[in-house]
Amino acid sequence: MEAKCITPNDFAGKTINEIAKLPIWEGNKERTLGELFKIEGETNVAPEEFSIQIFGDLSRVRGVGSKMSVGKIIVEGNAGMHLGEGMKGGAILVKGDVDSWAGSMMEAGTIEIMRNVGDYVGAPYRGSTMGMKGGTIVVHGNAGYEVGCFMRGGLIKIHGNVGQFVGVHMRDGTILVEGDSEGRAGAGMLEGKIILCGYVPSILPTFTIESLRPNVKVNEERVAGPFYRFVGDLADGGDGKLFVLQVKNPHLNFYEKYL
Amino acid sequence: MDLYVKDGKIVEKVNERKAKVIDASGMIVMPGGVDIHSHIAGSAVNFGRLLRPEDHFKDVEAKTPLTRSGVGYSVPSTFTTGYRYARMGYTTVMNPAMAPLEARHTHEELDDTPMLDKATYPLLGDWWFVLEYLRDGMIEECARHVAWMINATKGYAIKLVNPGGLEAWGSGRNVRNIDDPVPHFNITPREIIRCLCKVNQILHMPHTIHVHTNNLGKPGNYLTALETMKCVENLSKGDRPIIHITHCQFSAFKGSDWRTMESGAEEIAKYVNGHSHVTLDMGQVVFTDTTTMTADGPFQYILHQLSGNKWVNHDVETETSSGIVPFRYRRKSYVHATQWSIGLELALLIEDPWKIFLTTDHPNAAPFTTYPKIISWLMSRNARKKAMEKISRRARRKSLLPSIEREYSFYEIAIATRAGTAKCLGLRQKGHLGVGADADIAIYNLNPKEVDPSKKYMAVRRAFGKSAYTIKDGEIVAKDGEIVKSVNGRTFWVDVKLSSASEEVASDMKRRFREYWTVEYENYPVPEGYLTRSAPLSVKAEV
Repeated sequence: MEAKCITPNDFAGKTINEIAKLPIWEGNKERTLGELFKIEGETNVAPEEFSIQIFGDLSRVRGVGSKMSVGKIIVEGNAGMHLGEGMKGGAILVKGDVDSWAGSMMEAGTIEIMRNVGDYVGAPYRGSTMGMKGGTIVVHGNAGYEVGCFMRGGLIKIHGNVGQFVGVHMRDGTILVEGDSEGRAGAGMLEGKIILCGYVPSILPTFTIESLRPNVKVNEERVAGPFYRFVGDLADGGDGKLFVLQVKNPHLNFYEKYL
Repeated sequence: MDLYVKDGKIVEKVNERKAKVIDASGMIVMPGGVDIHSHIAGSAVNFGRLLRPEDHFKDVEAKTPLTRSGVGYSVPSTFTTGYRYARMGYTTVMNPAMAPLEARHTHEELDDTPMLDKATYPLLGDWWFVLEYLRDGMIEECARHVAWMINATKGYAIKLVNPGGLEAWGSGRNVRNIDDPVPHFNITPREIIRCLCKVNQILHMPHTIHVHTNNLGKPGNYLTALETMKCVENLSKGDRPIIHITHCQFSAFKGSDWRTMESGAEEIAKYVNGHSHVTLDMGQVVFTDTTTMTADGPFQYILHQLSGNKWVNHDVETETSSGIVPFRYRRKSYVHATQWSIGLELALLIEDPWKIFLTTDHPNAAPFTTYPKIISWLMSRNARKKAMEKISRRARRKSLLPSIEREYSFYEIAIATRAGTAKCLGLRQKGHLGVGADADIAIYNLNPKEVDPSKKYMAVRRAFGKSAYTIKDGEIVAKDGEIVKSVNGRTFWVDVKLSSASEEVASDMKRRFREYWTVEYENYPVPEGYLTRSAPLSVKAEV
């Protein structure tokens, strides 16, 4: 199902009946929100204070929080693809797992996912190079492939592990991964910062070791190192920074002889 | 003044009691638009669609009871292309480049483009047979062969793109000027252009040779454009044009590199004003995200390197090449803003509106849906001034536009978008509203007696963006910007009748096809039945 109207922007100022009549798609059939959800609560609230709490397994519901700019959404369960797509502000909290393309093309606001997330966090639509521009995405569990693809700004923080190609084609912004990664980090990167605090099987040959840093700055906080600091992707003339935690990656210590 | 339409044609009179009457008082009535150069069909266009899902995502047209769904902002799907042109009052569009190997595909896409009459130009400037005949000095055989090619590909005109350069690209090279010899064949672009110009005359083709110059997109290339126009000067017979330089903006750069690049429009306009053997079309840039696609493989590769954008590039066996690269023209870029200025300078400095036509080389410089905007720039100094406020300061300082007072009149717009193009193409029943013309009519909701286009350029833009009525072959197909009837147009092609048949050409070709082509000779020509509405123009050749 596609339910891009589930946003504080769309709900604020409407009656329960009006909200129930908002159009959504079930496959290629037009339905209304009221046909799928039981809706209740106080709607006479300013958009900035508006809070939507959703109960149920929404793993097959796409586009929740699309383009929202104010208010809060809390999903007491899983959420589907394209969560918070093009978000301009406000906050989304999901207690369960989230499918791929979470925070796709986000501009501002925050998304917090308590469990795992799929691939393409913050990534743009297929073919486009305009990824996430701003805002913060925090994932407490693991993430899949190509986290932060074509990212242009903002912060993605993954407490768990990530799949291959984290930060692929990155243009700017910061990605912090506390768990392990599967390699090919920063492929095609031009600018920005990727910080990997767990196991990294290997570094792309088009990245060059530049220094050993005691810590690295992520917005206001400092993450303790020491970190190997690589620069790349040189195949694209990039000047992105890839930080890899030294203590978790003894197999990479051969890079030290190039310092 | 009243117009009478019957059986798809404009006639002297009809039985008014039985006729449907359209009250067009207070509106502008023009022939339907005729676009002389717009990439709407073929494998390069289709690759553009494949390359850019993000171009589809942002522009979606849902199905309606009368129209099919479609997607795409800079490279729309075929049905959407037809509908969008019809909504602007256009009724004829020429697809300007077709690799002969891909003729079937091109015609399939054209057949799936509703609302419009259309035609397509086969690429012959790097075609091995042409290069060999030229090398061996066999001009008459070349002409007979080209006649066969036009028929086999159901083509309308002889197209040249970076002549010689595309063959060089097969070896990873390019040609540097019109006297730089093509590898292996050892003939020059100058000789290719002159040869095909002569062939065009021998075959009595309705249009002239249609040329995308060498060195396209390279600072300093205005000299190549001038050389190209000059090199056929002495082939001119009388006042009629014998060469058409397409999307001239891309070939009108002065300077020696991107930092020193500037407009060469003044020199080109001066030449065109003093000569009658050339016609041009603008290739006007509009600041937007679009897709470049040309047969100029080497140039497209350079564009990929300059922009860093994803890219597609082809070498079409023995025939031509191509390249597709998405591209965004930015106001604040000195180079892009200068390009924007060049297109308009060309149109405003060339005095005779029958010599220069409105195009954007869709989608290379902009999608065709931007034509109304360009019309408003041509008609209004204020509109140009407003657009210039936001462009690169350096480009604004160097642009000739502030010193140009000329504003196109509605008549001149009609010439630039329909009458002039139809005449240049040799389409006698298009581009005018005289008796005998095809009843392709566009009615725009604008009263020339009340509206000053110089001041009310937004109204001009709106009116040309959505015709009040578009009439195709005497039927109302669009009304107030909505399609009210879906129709299929004709595909024009030139049926060249040779004075003497030649059997030798066929057997030599069969052997070559077996040796060098992936398609057998028997499967190569597009049969006439392949076109849903075939509309050949018969010409008699001198060979």
